[in-house]
Amino acid sequence: MTTSALRDLVIRHPGKGDEQPFLEVIDLQVHFPTDDGLVKSVDGLSFALDRGRTLGIVGESGSGKSVTSLAIMGLHTRPASEQSRPGAQLSGEIYLDGEELLGKTPEYVRGLRGKRMAMIFQDPLSAMNPYYTVGKQIIEAYQIHNQVNKKVARKHAIDMLGRVGIPEPSQRIDAYPHQFSGGMRQRAMIAMALSCDPDLLIADEPTTALDVTVQAQILDLIRDLQSEFNSSVVLITHDLGVVAEIADDVLVMYAGRAVEYGSADQLFNRPAHPYTWGLLGSIPRFEGPKRERLLAIKGTPPSLINVPSGCPFHPRCEFAARNEGLSEEIRPELAPVEPGHTVACHLSPTEREQIWEHEIAPQL
Amino acid sequence: MTAPTHKPATPEAEQNSDLIIAEDLIKHFPIRGGLLRREVGAVQAVDGVNFAVRRGETFSIVGESGCGKSTTARLLTRLLEPTAGKITFEGRDISHLKDSQLRPLRRDMQMIFQDPYSSLNPRHTVGKIVGAPYRIQGVSPEGGVKKTVQDLLAAVGLNPEHYNRYPHEFSGGQRQRIGIARTLALKPRLIVADEPVSALDVSIQAQIINLLEDLQEDFDLTYVIIAHDLSVVRYVSDRVAVMYLGKIVELADAEALYSAPMHPYTVALMSAVPVPDTRRRQERERILLTGDVPSPISPPPACRFHTRCWKAQEICRTEEPPLVELLPRHQVACHFPENYPGPTVEESATEASLR
Repeated sequence: MTTSALRDLVIRHPGKGDEQPFLEVIDLQVHFPTDDGLVKSVDGLSFALDRGRTLGIVGESGSGKSVTSLAIMGLHTRPASEQSRPGAQLSGEIYLDGEELLGKTPEYVRGLRGKRMAMIFQDPLSAMNPYYTVGKQIIEAYQIHNQVNKKVARKHAIDMLGRVGIPEPSQRIDAYPHQFSGGMRQRAMIAMALSCDPDLLIADEPTTALDVTVQAQILDLIRDLQSEFNSSVVLITHDLGVVAEIADDVLVMYAGRAVEYGSADQLFNRPAHPYTWGLLGSIPRFEGPKRERLLAIKGTPPSLINVPSGCPFHPRCEFAARNEGLSEEIRPELAPVEPGHTVACHLSPTEREQIWEHEIAPQL
Repeated sequence: MTAPTHKPATPEAEQNSDLIIAEDLIKHFPIRGGLLRREVGAVQAVDGVNFAVRRGETFSIVGESGCGKSTTARLLTRLLEPTAGKITFEGRDISHLKDSQLRPLRRDMQMIFQDPYSSLNPRHTVGKIVGAPYRIQGVSPEGGVKKTVQDLLAAVGLNPEHYNRYPHEFSGGQRQRIGIARTLALKPRLIVADEPVSALDVSIQAQIINLLEDLQEDFDLTYVIIAHDLSVVRYVSDRVAVMYLGKIVELADAEALYSAPMHPYTVALMSAVPVPDTRRRQERERILLTGDVPSPISPPPACRFHTRCWKAQEICRTEEPPLVELLPRHQVACHFPENYPGPTVEESATEASLR
């Protein structure tokens, strides 16, 4: 298929149809050759994101969500013939503001990181260098992208630390990462990521390691900073509560593919894929009447070396038997169920609606 | 099952329904410094907690990292020795038993750990891991160890034929099942589970939670569950204790605690939980706590929450609120509780001064 034909399949929020999306990922594949076989971490993923919107990518471990974010940031090691351990094999296209990234040299993409796109990692302790003060690490990033002297950069770093809610930033700037608590470290990393006003912010499980009260503070902070800078945010998480809290659009991934995409409202109120039903049924309710029993998804996530044939979810799907063995043979493509809401599933629309209304919704 | 008794509930019978009781439990970890390694301070991990776990119930302890919930779990199972206070298990004081005296006790209380990767010996087969309690305790189960272990594997939803496999051949959820099978081997009365599902994927979490519920019924178990995920805690618990900096600030039936939390910290904690429901995004009022949890080395005086509490008054800085039963079966340690119909300390104080 040509790029333009593939573009029609790219899932995207319908609001600004004519405008060029800020981030566009087309048929992305990230494969890792190993001794046991080829690990297909991401296998044909396409999506787009507009400026000023937040996309939540949801999935279990091994669904390919972090691998996708590293591919956008250009952080995968490419295979080199001399190296004994080959890196990732990437194919597809990634456009950032109209500029294709996968074909660019690592040096060029490095120049974009920080200024055009930045990333917040899950574990701030391992993402920061323990040998340098927090301030030095922020100042370094700022000076690379801005022709300013150290004094100005330091003032900017203090300013950023204050903005993310670190008390007494002019003193704390000279502290080392280990002298910060977990929440403060995460804030410092956010300050670092935002120090050059990036247009695209990728947050990979930014609050998973934090307590709920701190998590609420960090989510508020990301929300505020986004509205201030009008950045696009990709939020990767396994926590559906966090997604419901801050995402505009949601992409559900399973075994390296998108299985459902829609607005947060559509995903949470009219989910269409059996996997999404399972995810929503798996979480105990925090409010309202208590669930009798959790609707666990049977089995375990598949091996990415031997991905099940057809629909990769079929061995765990309660409804796979209802489409005459189709799901075991043919991989379902994403198809619209309503404007802006697509799903990759063989169930017929009427059947899906029936199941949702009578079997799933009453139990959620 | 015991024969049903029709006697009226006496205080004695009430006592009898408690499986494990913690009284004024304290655990301080000394910090040593200087040339002579003298004690220069202490991490006051658990600082005077009182509760009783009833037979057959699920009692949960929640709180943020560093609040002392895991230390409390380790004290209950006597993996740690308390600095002061008393633990009574089945009417027997176990607070300062020696290792050799503890071994028989381990048959009755077992622990499930958070990390299914580090809690199983990678060089032992599943059969050896699950059968280890029999070997250590010198018990020969009816029908042989292998048969019993295979029955246990089936009970936790694993294939009994996997007896000879090694832990690395299993996924995280399956490993957690192996750990659970091991705790069940000696038919314990009490299982203390420290974050049993927090390392697992959402869909697997649900499987394990359902399994724990089934086993509780089948094996007549009492659970003490330590967790930070408030949705999971609400689902599994009968009663919940909320800890903050080494102290219990609120203890109540799960439903009462979630529908009408009384301690400001609990209120803030509940309001911070992200709910997977987009329609509730606007409605929910969120109380954002400022700052971080203070250090347990030098906790704030009097009420430990006063540094972050939006209701704090002078009295909170000078006088520690005791944990008292403000409503039936609902204990709170606060001078100015929320959701409380009766007079608060402040009101009764003004009343007293008027008189």
